Amino acid sequence: MGFTQEFLQQLVNGLALGSIYALIALGYTMVYGIIKLINFAHCDVMMLGAFAGFFVLSAYGVTPVTFLLSFIVAMLICAIIGVVMERTCYKPLRNAPRINALITAIGLSFFIENGARVLPVIGPNPRQFPTFSNVNYNIIGVNISQVQILIFLVSIGLMLLLNYIVLYTKIGKAMRAVSFDRNAAFLMGINVNRVISFTFAIGSALAAAAGILFSSAYPQVEPYMGVMPGLKAFVAAVLGGIGSIPGAMVGGIIMGVAETLTKGFISSELADAIAFGILIIILVVKPSGIFGEKESEKV
Amino acid sequence: MKDNHMKGTASNPKIKNILILAGISLLILAVTSVLIYRGDIDEYTAQILTLGGINVIISLSLNLISGFTGQLALGQAGFMAIGAYSTAIFVMQLHLPMAPAIVIGGLVTALFGLLIGFPTFRLKGDYLAIVTLGFGEIIRVIMINMESLTGGAAGLKGIPPFSEDYTWGPMVSFIWVYVFIVLTIFLVSNLIKSSPGRAIISVREDEIAANAMGVNVFYYKMFSFTVSAFIAGIGGGLYALFFGYLNPTMFNFMKSMDFVVIVVLGGMGSITGTVITGFALTYLQEFLRILQDYRLVIYPLVLILIMLFKPSGLMGTKEFSVGAIFQKKKNTLKGGEAQ
Repeated sequence: MGFTQEFLQQLVNGLALGSIYALIALGYTMVYGIIKLINFAHCDVMMLGAFAGFFVLSAYGVTPVTFLLSFIVAMLICAIIGVVMERTCYKPLRNAPRINALITAIGLSFFIENGARVLPVIGPNPRQFPTFSNVNYNIIGVNISQVQILIFLVSIGLMLLLNYIVLYTKIGKAMRAVSFDRNAAFLMGINVNRVISFTFAIGSALAAAAGILFSSAYPQVEPYMGVMPGLKAFVAAVLGGIGSIPGAMVGGIIMGVAETLTKGFISSELADAIAFGILIIILVVKPSGIFGEKESEKV
Repeated sequence: MKDNHMKGTASNPKIKNILILAGISLLILAVTSVLIYRGDIDEYTAQILTLGGINVIISLSLNLISGFTGQLALGQAGFMAIGAYSTAIFVMQLHLPMAPAIVIGGLVTALFGLLIGFPTFRLKGDYLAIVTLGFGEIIRVIMINMESLTGGAAGLKGIPPFSEDYTWGPMVSFIWVYVFIVLTIFLVSNLIKSSPGRAIISVREDEIAANAMGVNVFYYKMFSFTVSAFIAGIGGGLYALFFGYLNPTMFNFMKSMDFVVIVVLGGMGSITGTVITGFALTYLQEFLRILQDYRLVIYPLVLILIMLFKPSGLMGTKEFSVGAIFQKKKNTLKGGEAQ
């Protein structure tokens, strides 16, 4: 296999991984955009989504219909979890110092992970995720697996849907208004609490879908599975400009490609460190990210 | 603001205060050491006390950056690891005496703090939490891969402990750690009361206002974070010499969370609170070893509940102070006259 072919292969792998990161990053970026909080527990919602999919698929077997069912169940459950999380833990702290909300978020993340470990139905041991058999299609010398095609279809579909919701529906307009200026939106008669809950629901549902896709590609589920993808997705959100939805999509793709290229051409051990390196570089060079606007301070 | 004529006499009670505190510290040190030596405090309890002391030192470092400066840091275990490994390497390979090795270990850690803080503090927002979180994980990967220096995943064995002697050992370790606790408390409390310390607190209270008053927010965040890394590194050095064995898995994210829980429970911005909860939680942790798995569920739950219902923690920003007690006594003796 020549260099070009190898490069194209890694590019395809990177695009698939990047679409998953993009889905997770969207949750981070939307929540940050609307209440200025890094929701550390977001990556654990992804883990819970993966487990919800795992239970559906292991109960009914792997067919296209059950796969669809697993997506619907996981996204619904996680949307509810997201709303409950926001209502019980974040809402009371909306006017508290930001460090308090951050500590709550990190506590929540830790609580979900270790709670899942202790819970008998989930447990600490990794489990095999039931997925499609590995069928590869060869297109001009580049292998694309069935799972990768699924990843592309689902993530593009969800992103288009999200785009539609944010740009062309009433609630999407309300979301944009709240993220622009919460108080002004409130004065204009927007139900801010409902909009924030809705944002959490959408973000969590996307994370759940990402969880199922991620565990289809790397067929294993365990309580800490969300941590590393979560961290990388957060970096992706910062890279794209935190608060910006197209930014999260582009940032996710860049992160995925950067990771697989590092794995393929430099060293697989460095692949995790590269995310951290990218974060430091963005913070030094362009802290507002690719699509972020430079915000002036408001008193 | 205090009246001007108070200034002339202010230095005298200050010295008195320090002398009293030094006396109390020495008394506690002497009594506990004798009790450990005589075996009234058994070796196991002595070890817990020493470990508690190390936890107190590192929690104080976290309190400085998170409690007093208001910047959440989640990678204190990473700094601890750097301090521990560099101290161990200085002692084992360069045969430095222990005290300078610990201090140089702290300085090496401070250098890392400087390197991480620089890009992170250039912008507003909560990036420190995520950067330190990532750093804590990366440093572990690096420790595992630098096998020639750190022993890799198998760990670093044969670090000379504080004392090899069986009867003296527990006491000597305790004294070492205790001396460093006193020094750390002295450093942090004096820093907080100094002019840079006031600037640091103003950054926590309101960055924009502090900036408007001429406080260089970036500089003071960097300053606080670097000192915090230095103290955490010293705590790590003590840890290395106390245990005599290091393994990268000792310094995982859970370890960082232990310190966050200690600081939040004790009260962000209270040295006294951190000291009390540091010892208390270390003791409880050993006591409740059976609940090991559940501890990881209970701790975060405690964090969430404190933040929701009593964000000030045990002590808020209050401190134990000898001077205040004397002042109160004087006031009650003099009656209303003191006002």
